[in-house]
Amino acid sequence: MEFLPTLWFVAIAALWIGYLLLEGFDLGVGMHMLVSARTEKQRRLMLNSIGPVWDGNEVWLITAGAATFAAFPLWYASLFSTLYIPLTLTLLALIFRAVAIEYRGKGDSDRWRAWWDRALGIGSFVTAFGVGAMLTLTTTGLPIDANGDRVGGPFAWLNGYAILGGLAVIGFCLVHGAVFLSLKTLGPVRDRSRAFVVRWAPVALLPIVGWVLAVQLASGTVITWGLVVLAVAAVVYGWVAARAGREGRAFAGIAAFLVLGAASIFAAAFPVVIPSTIDSAFDLTVTNASSGEYTLGVMSVVTAIGLPLVLLYQGYTYWVFRRRLAETHLPDAHTVLPAVASR
Amino acid sequence: MDPLEIARWQFGITTVYHFVMVPLTLGLGPLVAIMQTMWVRTANEKYLRMTKFWGKLYLINFIIGVATGLVQEFQFGMAWSEYSRFVGDVFGAPLAMEGLLAFFFESTFLGLWIFGWGRLPKKVHLAALWIAVAGSIASAFFIIVANSWMQHPVGVELIDGRPVMTDIWAVLTNNTALTAYSHTIMGALAVGAGFLVGISWYQLWQRRRDGIDTVDARGRVVVGERLDIPGRDRVDHSVWIRSLRIGAVVAIIGFGGVALTGDLQAKLMFEQQPLKMAAAEAACQDGTSFSVLSIGNLGAQNCNEVAGIIEIPGILSFLAHGDFTTEIKGVNTLIPEYQALYGTNLPDNPLYGERAGQEINYLPIMEVTYWGFRLMIGFGMLAAGFAVLTLWLTRKGTVPRSKLMMWTALTSIMAPFAANIAGWVFTEMGRQPFVVAPNPTPGGVDGVFMFTAAAVSPGVTGEEIVFSLAAFAVVYAVILVFELKLLVKYVRGGVASAMPELAHPGHDDDPDKPDDPDKRDVLAFAY
Repeated sequence: MEFLPTLWFVAIAALWIGYLLLEGFDLGVGMHMLVSARTEKQRRLMLNSIGPVWDGNEVWLITAGAATFAAFPLWYASLFSTLYIPLTLTLLALIFRAVAIEYRGKGDSDRWRAWWDRALGIGSFVTAFGVGAMLTLTTTGLPIDANGDRVGGPFAWLNGYAILGGLAVIGFCLVHGAVFLSLKTLGPVRDRSRAFVVRWAPVALLPIVGWVLAVQLASGTVITWGLVVLAVAAVVYGWVAARAGREGRAFAGIAAFLVLGAASIFAAAFPVVIPSTIDSAFDLTVTNASSGEYTLGVMSVVTAIGLPLVLLYQGYTYWVFRRRLAETHLPDAHTVLPAVASR
Repeated sequence: MDPLEIARWQFGITTVYHFVMVPLTLGLGPLVAIMQTMWVRTANEKYLRMTKFWGKLYLINFIIGVATGLVQEFQFGMAWSEYSRFVGDVFGAPLAMEGLLAFFFESTFLGLWIFGWGRLPKKVHLAALWIAVAGSIASAFFIIVANSWMQHPVGVELIDGRPVMTDIWAVLTNNTALTAYSHTIMGALAVGAGFLVGISWYQLWQRRRDGIDTVDARGRVVVGERLDIPGRDRVDHSVWIRSLRIGAVVAIIGFGGVALTGDLQAKLMFEQQPLKMAAAEAACQDGTSFSVLSIGNLGAQNCNEVAGIIEIPGILSFLAHGDFTTEIKGVNTLIPEYQALYGTNLPDNPLYGERAGQEINYLPIMEVTYWGFRLMIGFGMLAAGFAVLTLWLTRKGTVPRSKLMMWTALTSIMAPFAANIAGWVFTEMGRQPFVVAPNPTPGGVDGVFMFTAAAVSPGVTGEEIVFSLAAFAVVYAVILVFELKLLVKYVRGGVASAMPELAHPGHDDDPDKPDDPDKRDVLAFAY
């Protein structure tokens, strides 16, 4: 196996895992604002727990997409064009989500906030579903021909795996978001989030286990099964810690579960990046889909400089905003009045 | 349904929309950073208020640029998969660099800045804004590099019919990119500056209308205050007059920069895409004259129905070569040259769909290139002219009471936006029928070009693209309404809209030093 394409497969996997790990909890927080929060103060508290960091998290998605374009243009082209409709919906969801986070607090009426809460909550669900379906299908297969183009209509990609993967990421985000909230807040949001994890994690994480098993049964190796075992151990540890009220450990356990579980999927799929469900001769692999050595070399240097810096300053941001938030920390909502003399 | 035409409309609409928000982000960012620098250096309240107010408008706009930027990156793969396959080896790299080396900085440090008031040491907080702004400006560079490679491919070799990158340095220092980048940044500064001028004018006018500021017998401002109106104290006046002057001066600098870099760019473009420039001039015959007004059927693609009405001899040659006599090739000369180099018909390849084998029309839509070029220059000059006028009219410390002039000032905000849009529509439409234009300059890579007709995703149906286009159009329209609604609301609220403490008496002036122990734990800002 050629070295650089393999390295870049690992890099792309790492970017996607980074995205799921970080945006996973802010997507989950968006969902919980819709389904778990009971009062306006709770919703505001949840939103502000991700306030300083969510945009930086989303850049992992942008970078994962662009890096796939740069390193594996044929993978990028086939995956994105085949999934035209679901990615369109995902983009719309991401747009609503981003605008909702920024605009929600800038209106004065309950109706304004309620609509943006829906945009944020539904946007988070749809984004998680879209990303999950895409990542699952790139590991389980798409109907692509010799040129990498979709065979069949706009919904030719839709199958059980797509739905399983969509639910897998939704379930993961719900759990991860709740663990994050229990770690980053004080008061009822903290307690309720922890209770959510203890009660619902075993159910919500089932789809992701299904996705892992589907890939492992198709192409697992001893190493990838080893990763699966570690992932299961991590999630059990996380759940037990959550039950014992150790939120930091619970977060570490769930995070390790995601990293190990996703790694086991990518490792089992390797070296195929999109299996063709038409004919395995049309499979896109790390070798036939990659850019040239020179481009990969340049990108490796750029990443070797850029990524450690990203980790450093994103880590710094989390350090600056490390304190738990309580409802009492939130300033009163500010009503903007025209600076105009009444007449 | 024809996927190609719809996909082109989609790319055009989403890109123009994105580039309404982006130049404001690029132009306003450095201005806000300078304001905060002045605040940190002088501790003058005026600069804090400027930072807070303009920073708030910056954020309201910034988020729409972020949200619509994702669409830009995804739609290459979604709607233009053949394009992505063809250029991926070289085009993806600047996009990935943008993410890793620019956008991560921008997003992460902007988050630190938004929530960092009172939490970070003053200078660190200021540095966070500068890094975020630098990130946005670096981000623009990588995007322009990618775009410029489509205008003028360099740094590649053609291997098995695909360009393979051989020299990243050549790609990053593409002369097309360096000129287009400086042109874009200058244009963005003009946008940000015009925004300052228009809104500050409104505020000063509102203060006069409310009887807060008056003028003495010699026309000089007499600053007053109305404590019953949020934020309308004496400092408020200095916030707006200073913002207005900074805006006017930067607008003039920006326009000068745009003109200089535009001139460099045009000279390159005459070499690199001569047909684009001939179409910009509606110059059918060879000649030296710059057309001020041409009439006739610019849409006619045979170029015999265009008549120059007003022409200035020699100017076209000056624009292209810096002298007044060199003949510039017209459309009728260039088209046979293009046909000889790049063929008369599209290849008989299934990638071209029903267009395979069709005759190639090398002439861009001349109505668009001709008027796009002139609107760009016209709106730019309008904005700069208004900035000069503003400095003169406000020399005595405030604006005239005229409501019409206030509305003119507010409307003038749109001129640099319009110039930006016209310029981009001109240069992108002028590149047609190529998506990757060939590189005819000495040392250019032979054969690296791609017709737009071959770039669209073969597996995607027209119906899918109609759906996405309709969905994006509706959603973009809706969020534009919300953005404008919030901008209007925050502008009308004045500085107090961004500094709640101004609306309530007994406020603490310095958010970086929360003194009240009860308030120490309360965030200075929260969503």
